[in-house]
Amino acid sequence: MNDKQEPVLICKDLCISYYTRAGEIPAVVDFSLTVKPGETIGIVGESGCGKSTVAMAIMQYMGANGGIKSGSIMFKGRDLTTFSEDELRSIRGAEISMIYQEPFASLNPSLKISTQLMEVPLAHETISRDEARERSLQMLTDVKLPDPERVMNSYPHQLSGGQQQRVVIAMGLLSNPSLLLLDEPTTALDVTVEAGIVNLISDISNKFGTSQIYISHNLGLILETCDRVFVMYSGEVVEEGTINSLFTWPKHPYTHGLFSCIPLPTADKNAAPLKPIRGQLPLPFERPSGCYFGPRCDHFKKGLCDQDHFRMENVEGSAPDHRVRCLRYNDIDHTKEASGETVQEPLEIGKRVLNVDGMKKYYEVKDSSLMALITGKSVRHVKANEELNFTAHESETVAIVGESGCGKSTFAKVLMGLETGTEGEIRHLGKDISDIEVRDRSTKQIRSLQMVFQNPFDTLNPSHSIGGQISRVIKQFGVESDKKKIFDRVMTLLDTVKLPRDFYFRKPRQLSGGQKQRIGIARAFAGNPSIVIADEPVSALDVSVAAAVTELLMDIQREHKTTLLFISHDLSVVRYLADRIVVMYLGHILERGSTNEVFDPPYHPYTEALLSAVPIADPEITKRKIVLEGDLPSAMKPPKGCPFCTRCHRKIGDICDNEPPPDQIVRDRHVIKCHIPIEELSKIAPVITVPETSERIQAA
Amino acid sequence: MVLLLSKRIGFMIFTMIIVSMILFLLLETGLTGDPATRVLGNFASDEQKELWRDQQGYNQPVVVRYAKWLGNFATGDLGTSIRYKGPVKEVLLPRLWNTAILGFWTFAIMIPLSLGMGVLSGMKEGSILDRTISVFGILTTSVPEFASAVFFSALFVFGLKWLPGTSSMSGGFEFKQLILPAMVLVVYDFGYVARMTRASMAEVMTSQYIRSAVLKGLPYRQVIFRHALRNALIAPFTVIMLQINWLLSGVIVVEFFFAYKGFGALLLEASLNNDIALLEACAMVAVVVAVSSQTLADIGYTFLNPRIRFS
Repeated sequence: MNDKQEPVLICKDLCISYYTRAGEIPAVVDFSLTVKPGETIGIVGESGCGKSTVAMAIMQYMGANGGIKSGSIMFKGRDLTTFSEDELRSIRGAEISMIYQEPFASLNPSLKISTQLMEVPLAHETISRDEARERSLQMLTDVKLPDPERVMNSYPHQLSGGQQQRVVIAMGLLSNPSLLLLDEPTTALDVTVEAGIVNLISDISNKFGTSQIYISHNLGLILETCDRVFVMYSGEVVEEGTINSLFTWPKHPYTHGLFSCIPLPTADKNAAPLKPIRGQLPLPFERPSGCYFGPRCDHFKKGLCDQDHFRMENVEGSAPDHRVRCLRYNDIDHTKEASGETVQEPLEIGKRVLNVDGMKKYYEVKDSSLMALITGKSVRHVKANEELNFTAHESETVAIVGESGCGKSTFAKVLMGLETGTEGEIRHLGKDISDIEVRDRSTKQIRSLQMVFQNPFDTLNPSHSIGGQISRVIKQFGVESDKKKIFDRVMTLLDTVKLPRDFYFRKPRQLSGGQKQRIGIARAFAGNPSIVIADEPVSALDVSVAAAVTELLMDIQREHKTTLLFISHDLSVVRYLADRIVVMYLGHILERGSTNEVFDPPYHPYTEALLSAVPIADPEITKRKIVLEGDLPSAMKPPKGCPFCTRCHRKIGDICDNEPPPDQIVRDRHVIKCHIPIEELSKIAPVITVPETSERIQAA
Repeated sequence: MVLLLSKRIGFMIFTMIIVSMILFLLLETGLTGDPATRVLGNFASDEQKELWRDQQGYNQPVVVRYAKWLGNFATGDLGTSIRYKGPVKEVLLPRLWNTAILGFWTFAIMIPLSLGMGVLSGMKEGSILDRTISVFGILTTSVPEFASAVFFSALFVFGLKWLPGTSSMSGGFEFKQLILPAMVLVVYDFGYVARMTRASMAEVMTSQYIRSAVLKGLPYRQVIFRHALRNALIAPFTVIMLQINWLLSGVIVVEFFFAYKGFGALLLEASLNNDIALLEACAMVAVVVAVSSQTLADIGYTFLNPRIRFS
């Protein structure tokens, strides 16, 4: 970074509005931003805060109903808002390019990668097709794609998600732009793949000197990639500053709120419970006067915070570019804002309710190719679950962790009776249920095994009222049969999930994502289940909403002594709420044990890599970087030896390729499936290190 | 690919055999009334009928008769038409050829027109051009062929006196006589295909890969021609292939109205006159066209859509 150089981009007092039938909706208000050459700016905020609108405004791609109301966007000294269509075209892709959230959707499905890459330099420069091809190949090599020739000749659907995103990044960099906009570039990817992409993105500014604007909802990712950060709330920036000043000493109550909503890998549910931000994000036309965050803020002062709209001001005694939009930041004791005010007693673990013993689930796949017909191998097996062994007790939270395709959802299906197991048994309260389909199970069994699904938006029937849907479940489960009693039960359930009682008459479309997920939870708990499987219950929700839903789940579990099987890919959430962890990879359990055992050495090398891939939103915590190469192997052709051998960074030799690793018992119920002796694994240093003495900890 | 093709062709033959069985059962057995009565009329005596049955081999077991019938069909012997007093083949082929000519010109005009208009209106959804084309499309599709045939005749034949009112081609082939029947068919079908294309194009234009193509800084023409069209034409392609089936039966009204000696008119005549052999041949032709156009559509689809080709 060089302060003397001319800034690449200056947004000044930008106001962006959408014009709809309901009138003008201000999406972004009073937004100012300066990007210096080679600098990476992070914009963080929850959905609807206007962060993507800013990116689209810089691209001048607002759609028919969006427009810039006032302010300017100066790119290298010229105002983008005055550009003609032709001038814009010469800038787009050449000077400013963009990387999108879903790589698969942003690549044209019916064109080869080579065509889609080569057209970028061909459109902006006068070069030959051969040169364009040469440059595209070089760029694919630069974004560390193995076998770039093959990638060039592929169609998008033939590549994995991580590869697709690398192609999109290569496409963005092809004309050597001065500014790169990244809109949630890793949200759709798996954690270990994300780690690779994040690494690549931070290399870009070093290697090409490209300035970047990185948009994300994940504070941890912002910390790893950016130099400065802007926190947005309801269309305006509430705080900005360098990573160090803002992450160490946040000043705005909303920023504090965000930090209290994300579990740090050092925290757990009993010592430091999450503190969700109360209330909801106001709709753009329902914003209060004065501070938009006022109604949700603990430090709100009547007569001061609800007067005129106020501007950003410099924070006294902090770095010169640390600015905040709050009148009371000096009155707040910032050391008291961190989470962990109320300490809760850990739950007592009860009797064993679930015992999974050697459970296997194979899917048959019919191969109808000519080759298969000739060789006679027309039926192949996808080994979705291979020898699962673990137990779960009453009041216990067992987390099943792994990336997509590891078989965690297959296990949930077998447990629920949507599929039947191939071998082995699943004993629930002493009875084997692995081969009983859900329609053959008794009402009592169905009722005591319930599920909370990942996507709350699709799981509720849009044409029935909330009350009707819950009542139906209660009737089906045979909990109550009397109309009055059913109604009372629905009311209690609504109370349990902390929703107003008049939601009984609402339709799903009138509910926000978090509220829908609460209904999903109410539905699952309608029959007092002994086990609830939560399949990524908060991954589709915003941070502050997710925190509230997570806390709610914990509260209900506390009350009902439910066993919670928590399926997730997010290790920081898992660390926060799980008592025991099962790490899965390609259908195998690679490591299982209590949360502390799994998070401390000895690790399985895969657990080690997973831990390293978790973005941590705390600048004082250091972690060792381990980036896995390659992609998850196909479940049709798993490696002969250890399932993880193709990507393992601690591979010891041929034994890993050829022999399945043994289950090594470290202690009691802590088991690691690896060829490396436990003594060796124990010598490995921890991935995450928390400093003994920290500036903040001392201040507290 | 070879496997896919042989599978499709096998399936095609299978479908045709099933249809031929149904056809045989309906027309050649006593299931829907006595064939002898159907041919000789209600007033034929029992001896006459018995004699006819014996002559035509109707007293043999059904299976044997079906095998013979199928064998004859497969080797091109379509039987004798009662109405035209001659081999069915000689009647059918020229009629089929006439309909093919009519179909060719209808498609040659309708496809470029409706695809072009559909793409234009899908490019900018909600624009004035889009609304005009959409309204026009609904209007033409909702007017049935017999109504538009009357309307066009009134306008071009009796009003402006530009075109002949019948298309019997009695004095040899004349292109002028083809214009009105083709026009009626084009106008009717245009709206349907254009609206399909519009919907498909509009969907593609809102997709994220079009956004990324625009934000790559590509010229608008290239965004449309290279990125949008290829994907937008997949759905209309299958619809157009289905139109071939529609055309074969859809021409009945038009051909009858303009006295055009085509397949549709022949089908009508065969059924009005209980000409069983002719009816069977016409039905089998219709099935062959339907099944083979669908097979072509499937194969074409895999070429347009690489996601299917390489899975």
